[in-house]
Amino acid sequence: MEEIIKEVVVGEQEDYVINMGPQHPSTHGVLRLVVSLRGEIVKNVQPHIGYIHRGIEKMCESLTYPQIIHLTDRMDYLSASINNEAVCLAVENALEIDIPDRIKVIRTIMAELTRIQSHQLFWASYGMDLGGQTCYFYGLRDREKVLDIFEETTGGRMIVSYNCPGGLMYDIHPNFQKRVKEFIKYFRSVLWEYDAILTGNVIFRERTIGIGKLSLEDAISYGVTGPSGRASGFSCDIRKHEPYSAYDRVKFNEVLYKEGDTYHRYLARVEEMRESMNIIEQLIDNIPEGPYAVKMKPVIKLPEGEYFQKVETVRGELDVFIVSDGNKNPYRLKFRSPNFVNLGVLNHISKDFKIADLIAIAGSLDFVIPDIDR
Amino acid sequence: MDRTQLGEFIKSLKPDATVIEGKQFIEVTVADTELHSLAKKLRESEETWFDFLVCLTGVDHSNGFEVVYHLRSTRYGHMIVLKTRTSGREKPVLNSVCDIWATAEFHEREVYDLLGVKFNNHPDLRRLFLDSSWGFPLRKDYVDDVNIVTK
Repeated sequence: MEEIIKEVVVGEQEDYVINMGPQHPSTHGVLRLVVSLRGEIVKNVQPHIGYIHRGIEKMCESLTYPQIIHLTDRMDYLSASINNEAVCLAVENALEIDIPDRIKVIRTIMAELTRIQSHQLFWASYGMDLGGQTCYFYGLRDREKVLDIFEETTGGRMIVSYNCPGGLMYDIHPNFQKRVKEFIKYFRSVLWEYDAILTGNVIFRERTIGIGKLSLEDAISYGVTGPSGRASGFSCDIRKHEPYSAYDRVKFNEVLYKEGDTYHRYLARVEEMRESMNIIEQLIDNIPEGPYAVKMKPVIKLPEGEYFQKVETVRGELDVFIVSDGNKNPYRLKFRSPNFVNLGVLNHISKDFKIADLIAIAGSLDFVIPDIDR
Repeated sequence: MDRTQLGEFIKSLKPDATVIEGKQFIEVTVADTELHSLAKKLRESEETWFDFLVCLTGVDHSNGFEVVYHLRSTRYGHMIVLKTRTSGREKPVLNSVCDIWATAEFHEREVYDLLGVKFNNHPDLRRLFLDSSWGFPLRKDYVDDVNIVTK
């Protein structure tokens, strides 16, 4: 085929172009946004990424499957446990291994705890982005309790590496059930504070309602998944549509809104914390007895072919696509990371808003930069 | 529509395409020149309605680059894999699907950045992660003496 490539000029002549980042408190990491402004109005946002690109996909090509697990923690470090699960499920489904119920239930509880602590950090830092310093202390106060539970069972606070192909690295700590129940009881009693400080706050509502609207058609076309997509009415929860692990035996609601503005993206995350607590409560008293891991071969080799596994991480759909040539390491491994795809919509929804709104819009998409760069 | 009917329907849209029932999904392979027209038909026809491009990626095979599109329909919930292969490795070019799914813009930039496959009619085809002086690291013949230790 012939090549037809056109040169593109970013921003028009009368635009005033500024750099937001790479070091900017509201980008939560090394993300650089080149913003074209006309007065105070945003006309174009070009994200420049790759400052912490580590080439995880290339590294995976020379690593074995159990080794890859530890790299997945380092993509989206706030949903580490769920990222582990994605690769584990891909390998287990490819080898057609039956996983005992105990492992499924523990994985689901861990995933939901991960979701809660990530949304707590989102709530904390989003409040701070918009000028509410107190939120940060309230959010982190509660998040510490989840991280303590992680530390007791897995030894890690954020980078847990708890799942491995065939099950779990180690069994849960004897205190695990007791502490999780204590946490749920405690968190239910303080969640009203979150609404009191931020959700009902007049300044916060003025700054978020009606800002950065994303319609349902655009959400699907741009592939925005997770709470950001569900705030626009895009029913994309993998836990609901294609249940994996123990999600088929619990009852929960998929949080859906129609409005699709910044406020509802925020609200979707706060509501998801409640749903996650419901899921944990249904499972925590009925963890079945059994082994915590299935015995696997010392060298795991996937049969030749292609494997695709979807999971619902905190920020949306994570897909693992493995092309195997029958060796102990993958021929090609692709992570479809939710943050990377969600970043693509930023220019579309922040056009024609003020630059101060750009902070609110970018914050509501809840980026984790290592997941964008990989 | 069940899987077999879906496969037959896609076959009727583009008789040249090969349709295989894979383990997980239906796999459709088309020639590089036919890709864009088939993608447009899959997106727009009422029976298939693939409105969500889940994943777009490239795989380096010795005789060309295979570009893989995972498509899902939010209306029916079915999913297929669409594959195409560039002719040769020297000047790999495909037609962009940005006009069909907006999310392809970022995905295609990533494929261009890491594999060097160019996309015609892409609105803004620049390197995404890396500097323009880098090679294309996901190619199998990529050499980096400093950072990649070979055993």
